[in-house]
Amino acid sequence: MSASQADTNIALDFSAALRRADASAPFGVVGPDRKPSTKRFNVYRNNVSASLIEALGDNFPVVKMLVGDEFFDAMAQVFHRANYPKEPMLFRYGAAFPGFLEHFEPVKDVPYLPDVARLEWAWLQAFHAADVEALDGAVLARFDPQILHEVTFHAHPAAAIVSSRWPVASIVSSHRQGGDLSGIDMGSAEQALVARRDVVVEIRTLPPGGSVFLEALIAGEPLGVAAQKASGDAPEFDLASNIAGMLEAAVFAGAKHPAA
Amino acid sequence: MAMSVALKQFEKRDPVPAKAGAGLKAEHVDEILRSRPQVGFFEVHAENYMGDGGLPHRQLSSIRDTYAISMHGVGLSIGGEDPLNKDHLARLKRLQDRYEPALFSEHLAWSSHGENYYNDLLPVPYNSAVLERVCDHIDELQEVLGRSILLENPSTYVAFEQSTMSEIDFLSAIVQRTGCWLLLDVNNVYVSATNQQTDPDDYLDAFPIAHVGEIHLAGHAQDQDEAGRLLLIDSHDRAVDDAVWGLYERLIARTGLIPTLVEWDGDIPAWPVLKDEMDKANALMVRPRARHQPQERVAVPA
Repeated sequence: MSASQADTNIALDFSAALRRADASAPFGVVGPDRKPSTKRFNVYRNNVSASLIEALGDNFPVVKMLVGDEFFDAMAQVFHRANYPKEPMLFRYGAAFPGFLEHFEPVKDVPYLPDVARLEWAWLQAFHAADVEALDGAVLARFDPQILHEVTFHAHPAAAIVSSRWPVASIVSSHRQGGDLSGIDMGSAEQALVARRDVVVEIRTLPPGGSVFLEALIAGEPLGVAAQKASGDAPEFDLASNIAGMLEAAVFAGAKHPAA
Repeated sequence: MAMSVALKQFEKRDPVPAKAGAGLKAEHVDEILRSRPQVGFFEVHAENYMGDGGLPHRQLSSIRDTYAISMHGVGLSIGGEDPLNKDHLARLKRLQDRYEPALFSEHLAWSSHGENYYNDLLPVPYNSAVLERVCDHIDELQEVLGRSILLENPSTYVAFEQSTMSEIDFLSAIVQRTGCWLLLDVNNVYVSATNQQTDPDDYLDAFPIAHVGEIHLAGHAQDQDEAGRLLLIDSHDRAVDDAVWGLYERLIARTGLIPTLVEWDGDIPAWPVLKDEMDKANALMVRPRARHQPQERVAVPA
């Protein structure tokens, strides 16, 4: 490195030292007496860590409630040192957190935690999703009943489904309302639907076959095919109530017939 | 360096009244929209409104219908060694087009390097090579936005061996070369002066106040370095310190009325507490002055 580069480029050393808990202050970083000062440099390192830990807690409030503040902060410390944000919008920070929880040994006794994080991530994406009008049931009513099974849908940008072996929708909804795990049957699997009507994000539990049905529609399958798949998944699948439910929840933004 | 952006007014659409404003917090929005308090302007962190839609935009649009908005970027990394992020520039431009903020400000700091974003306002050495880079970045930002921006002086906790200029000379040179304005954060002045063991009054006396378009006030926390020296942290989590109020009072006696923002980003208080801080700034601004006439404000030479 030339002298002029050394004078100009501090970010490489500085950022490398930010990422390590035990690094001393990088070259040239001094206090008012012109002596190196790691304690002063640590203000930056602490700011970075504390702000990213806080951002992760803001994005995954139920995970934080489930494990407790102190544990969460320690866990977020481990996560952020391996996963710095790639862009300055902190509401997009933590896409990798559910996957991290799958493999983070200290939470292996809380097996529903990764799915809770997935559902919170879906909630956050829905909260910031584009403002798009929901599909009006009247649009659907205008199709000829003879060809209704050929109609396809396109999803509202806020809609997402999180299927879990655990009662994730109940866990997240209960904690968001200040409750806890009491009264939740931890043995029940749940298919959670995240959707937004106007600016209000809602989490619903889908009925039997509901997630297969909506996932097929979201993937662009025609209504008839989606209904068949749902019945195959759950014989008690009820088409009429699922259509009513998806309209009410604003899962879709539009519908069209291939001939139209 | 050729100045690529002719000076444009930094105030767009409605000018910001020379009154106190507040940092907009989501938890205050409902109360603000209900009670419509007298507030000069609301400042928002641009990055909080870079989602596609939903409640944040709904709230900001409602606020914008009644109040002037100041857009405050915290993540462009103007002091960074990498080129400015083009996607981020485009996002800032979209926000400006959508909300037409009266003021647009960013920081003399860096926050990204390589692929990582560090979410803090990190310091730069003050020398001619860094000056060149910072000016290029400001030119680019002003070109994208089609307006002059305000650049904020930093809170610093360290100094650099690599610095060859004072912060004042560095900022003055930026103003001259880019035509940008300055956002003078008085709390940052006090924090940095304490941490660098210099005199904040000397700093303010030397500051190019004719180019100041906005003032910031905020609270700070106290710590110590390894030698037991007082180390102030720009924490924005409490009321403005009395010493900072004192600096502010002497400053506006010289400058005349300037839009003044009270920032409170952590341990956010109930709205009336923040409103009291603003009222305090307003009272100091309009205090009758027997001897001091507000200095005439000079336009930045193009």
